[in-house]
Amino acid sequence: MAMLQRQITAAVKVSETRLRQRLRLGERVIEGWIFLAGLLAIVVLLGIIFILFKEGLPIFAYTSPWEFLFGTEWCPVSDPPTFGIAPFFVSTLMITLIATVIAVPVGVACAAYLSEVAPKRVAEAIKPIVEILAGIPSVMMGFIGLALLSPLVQSAFKLNTGLCGLTAAIMLALMSLPIIVSVSEDALHAVPREFKEASYALGATKWETIWHVCIPSALSGIAAAILLGVGRAIGETMTVLMVAGGALAVPVSPTDPMTTMTAAIASGIGNAVRGGLQYQALFAVGLILFALTLTVNISAERVLERQKRKFTR
Amino acid sequence: MTTGVVNSRRISQRTALTFLGLATAITVVPVLFIIIYTIINGGAAISWDFLTQFPSQAGRAGGILPAIIGTFYLMLGTLVFALPLGVMAGIYLTEYARDNWLTRLINLAIVNLAGVPSIVFGLFGLSVFVLAFNFGLSLLAASLTLACQALAMVITSSREAILAVPREYREGSLAIGVTKWQTVRYIVLPQALPGIITGAVLAISRAAGETAPILVVGAAFLLPKLPQSPFDQFMALSYHLYTVSAHVPNMPKETVWGVALVLLVVVLSFDMLAAAIRIKTRRRKQS
Repeated sequence: MAMLQRQITAAVKVSETRLRQRLRLGERVIEGWIFLAGLLAIVVLLGIIFILFKEGLPIFAYTSPWEFLFGTEWCPVSDPPTFGIAPFFVSTLMITLIATVIAVPVGVACAAYLSEVAPKRVAEAIKPIVEILAGIPSVMMGFIGLALLSPLVQSAFKLNTGLCGLTAAIMLALMSLPIIVSVSEDALHAVPREFKEASYALGATKWETIWHVCIPSALSGIAAAILLGVGRAIGETMTVLMVAGGALAVPVSPTDPMTTMTAAIASGIGNAVRGGLQYQALFAVGLILFALTLTVNISAERVLERQKRKFTR
Repeated sequence: MTTGVVNSRRISQRTALTFLGLATAITVVPVLFIIIYTIINGGAAISWDFLTQFPSQAGRAGGILPAIIGTFYLMLGTLVFALPLGVMAGIYLTEYARDNWLTRLINLAIVNLAGVPSIVFGLFGLSVFVLAFNFGLSLLAASLTLACQALAMVITSSREAILAVPREYREGSLAIGVTKWQTVRYIVLPQALPGIITGAVLAISRAAGETAPILVVGAAFLLPKLPQSPFDQFMALSYHLYTVSAHVPNMPKETVWGVALVLLVVVLSFDMLAAAIRIKTRRRKQS
């Protein structure tokens, strides 16, 4: 009897260990998959870099990097074709610059209003509206620019067409506001209350406190906000494709029709023969675009990190 | 003298605060204007036929059914690829990853992935999914491309949601002999679910509005029938709005605003759904 019991216990123990082993094996497999999924972000990012280099670099066998960057003529179908991306580069720079100049003062002022001036209830009502703005698709903003803003710009500046860099820049300014407002507001919120109280105690008005205490203390956060807004503006595609006018010359004035790097890719890639020169050139444009936004975003991340460390003791 | 200084300070204070209020108005008013204007102008075009018919005369007449269906397929496709992988990545980062160079590299990749311009994702999708994987210009290639783009957002929101689950839950579970994976699967994930869903809903709402990537990897303007398989081309609301507003001459204004309204309603209703889930779970946690 005792022996039987012992045998049963042993058998149960064996099957239990087996079950546990099988469970453990199953878990190992799942955990392996989880690890692979964890690596996915790196895989996709490296994949993008690899593809841009692989498809884009061959163009430099046809045209030198110098001619590519500074050439002023983009004629992919002429004979022989020329690939100078200066018109796109200058357009992107010009539109981004104007958009930033418009969006930064408005965005930072809006953030200061929300975090320092507005009664709590008003601020709580306004924030969701700013979030909605962030959610409006870029093609919708392009359409608004096309239908509503471009006639205004055309008549205000007496232009032949309202589809020009300025119109695109105004729409982009509006689109980069949400990120500028929310990141700046976070930075302003992080300013310790003691700073403001000390300022008030010295007899400073609310505005003097905002201008001389809050904004300087939050400056690196605001700088990050601006950089993120710039990154957004450089990479924005549909809006500039629809309202910037699409001219291929190097723009001289903001009211010229123009084509940004993003718009050049979007409008050209459909007609480009796969693996052909234009295809390669457009991937090279994508490579430059990617390098640009990556630099801007990494700088923003760096600055933001510094801001975070500032007030944590 | 002193009163003059006080007065000028008071005036500059008033001017400055007015400017701040004005800046806020400049941010808020266009949003309300765009939404109200679109509802008024697009509302006239909305009818049962507009939502359930195929387009005719190059989109000038008829409805936009295939574009609506195409957009929903895209959202579904994005969700199917991005959600499981994104959540698993979130689990890895919160439950398994140690604080080492690899983890820092992953986090760096996520942040930068979020900043990659959408058209660059389009180029990536074209080269990898359309050409290298030979999926062609198709719903599948577009879904995968949009999923790559949505990945950063899904990972970030899952990570935040999982991080917010109190440590005691895990410790209690581990203490009674439950394995690590079972703890994650049956204790942590259910707790983090609302946060994960919020992120996923936002991500597919973003995918519904994306135009530049699908323009490169397979959206078509007019198709005679709905996509029958993942390898077919498709129509989408966002791409339809782009074409009818920028490329079709003599387009009835009303119809374009109608397309814009439908797109806006789809995108914003998913945004609101996400907000509703967030508010509801926050309330439940407080009580």
